[in-house]
Amino acid sequence: MANEPPVIDSPESKKIIAPGYTFGTITDQIASVVLTKKTPYVVMGTFAVAMGLLLIFLLAVGLLFTKGLGVWGLRGPTMWAWDITNFVWWVGIGHAGTLISAILLLLNQQWRNSINRFAEAMTIFAVACAGMFPILHLGRPWLMYWLFPYPNTMGIEPNFRSPLVWDVFAVSTYATVSLLFWYVGLMPDLATLRDRSEHRALKVTYGFLAMGWRGSAKHWAVYETASLLLAGLATPLVLSVHTVVSLDFTVGIVPGWHSTFFPPYFVAGAIYSGFAMVLALAIPLRSIYGLKGLITAKHLDNAAKVMMATGLIVGYSYIMEAFSAWYGGNVYEQAAMWNRMTGPYKYHYWVLIACNVIAPNALWFKKVRSNTVVLFIWSLIVLVGMWLERFVIIVASLAQDNLPSSWRVFESTRWDWATYLGTIGLFLVLFMLFIRLLPMISIFEVRTLLPQAKIKEDSRG
Amino acid sequence: MNKPIYGVMAEFDNPSSLVGAARAAREKGYRKLDAYSPFPIEELSDALHLHKNKLPLLVLIGGIVGGTLGYMLQYFVTVMYYPINVGGRPLHSWPAYIIITFETTILFAALTAVFGMLGLCGLPMPYHPVFNVPRFALASRNRFFLCIESTDPLFDRDKTCEFLETLEPREVSEVAH
Repeated sequence: MANEPPVIDSPESKKIIAPGYTFGTITDQIASVVLTKKTPYVVMGTFAVAMGLLLIFLLAVGLLFTKGLGVWGLRGPTMWAWDITNFVWWVGIGHAGTLISAILLLLNQQWRNSINRFAEAMTIFAVACAGMFPILHLGRPWLMYWLFPYPNTMGIEPNFRSPLVWDVFAVSTYATVSLLFWYVGLMPDLATLRDRSEHRALKVTYGFLAMGWRGSAKHWAVYETASLLLAGLATPLVLSVHTVVSLDFTVGIVPGWHSTFFPPYFVAGAIYSGFAMVLALAIPLRSIYGLKGLITAKHLDNAAKVMMATGLIVGYSYIMEAFSAWYGGNVYEQAAMWNRMTGPYKYHYWVLIACNVIAPNALWFKKVRSNTVVLFIWSLIVLVGMWLERFVIIVASLAQDNLPSSWRVFESTRWDWATYLGTIGLFLVLFMLFIRLLPMISIFEVRTLLPQAKIKEDSRG
Repeated sequence: MNKPIYGVMAEFDNPSSLVGAARAAREKGYRKLDAYSPFPIEELSDALHLHKNKLPLLVLIGGIVGGTLGYMLQYFVTVMYYPINVGGRPLHSWPAYIIITFETTILFAALTAVFGMLGLCGLPMPYHPVFNVPRFALASRNRFFLCIESTDPLFDRDKTCEFLETLEPREVSEVAH
């Protein structure tokens, strides 16, 4: 707005967002994505494709319900395959959102302010997609509530010594806390949308969701405490979720699974794939909606660095996995590792090594990190690599377990593909509805990044 | 014009003026006042003495309750209600309880943090008198407001308005109930 004071302070040395923004222009730019009637054609087109994939998902699930799990390629001994691979992949993707919203908040990394909102949304939708797979894999999904302890006439309860029950608690807690954290973060921005929208129905809807937020200093004080506490609670939570997922494997005695370093290895892999998804979403979003001043090259650079660092941890884990299989002296572990590298899944294995160990090293170079097209392609490579990693861990270990007479190479069916691609459709549909209906960048947190938001102390009254 | 009002409100266009005004009002002796801003301002909480709240204590209690309930649930099920003897291993297998105890601790603490925050703020509150000021819609965009409420013992409709005018606001308006 013209009557706002101009920026007189010299911009801070570390510029997070582009200079020249005011409280008003930030608000208008982010809110206008939601409050306009226009949707860019690219978004419409992608939404149509995503909707198509979602319909395929519904078809695949319908078939699964009527015919049973045999429509997937599950045959003994490989009774966990694409379903659990997809589950681990999707849960892992969610981790970056919580890392950005919780851990980076505690570390006072202010660049997170313009990417945390959509990264948290990504988390929630990724966890929703992840949750599909174990439930569909139950065989009788309509009895999924048996997983929870509740007083029942059957006189039985879940086995609390089983990692699969731990997983139920870990993932459902994670989903709940992520949703709450996200909603709390949205409240002040919902109030902005309520005050900015002109249509009565919109005002009422956003007003209802904003719960009467009015930006009172008394509220902000409690709100800041709540945000910090939630971040503190979500930080151990995010590290625990993939730990518990990895316990699903390590507690089993299958060669290739039974290993103590899976928890940190899985957590690093989760953050690695999550940042890849953040980049894969942020790069198109910022150019479609002209948000390059808010999601700047600095953000992409930082995200790429985090991706590379966690990628190197993952690479180290692969080396340690092979080393400990060899050095441990257990013939079954050695055989499982050898089969992984040279057996029927060798192509998967070496492609994943190329994607996860070799490819991220390109990110050492600033030229790669600053080229958005290359960075976008690289994030897709990482996503593919991380899917293959989980596939190899799960399927290659199961298909050739302790008993060679039962060995069988897994073959996926078209319904495996349909279910997997279907959840990508579900994810994109949810994500695009979010982009259209809610502010994708946290408006109030970006306002705090402006130089004008700093209190000048000479104004002491 | 003599209907009782909620308070008087001054509008500022930058956070520094708001913080300065809040400090001045405190110094003048006003206690029933609240400031409204489009983002959290640390110095404003200092000026209005808002740094202490009960939320951390509530969350601590929530976490302890959640952890205790989670542990007791597992103890009850695995030791008393549905014991499974696995090769004579102890029924009270506490290492296996750690994860679910941790998860219920976090879950209850997080629920307490969110609902406690809403409770302490008195939200949801669909109606509040400050919304009667038309320009208050900008409080969620780029304007900063200080409201001195009529319940303050020092409140006097004209004098408080005059005082607010001395703080160089953009505008001073009365807030109807």
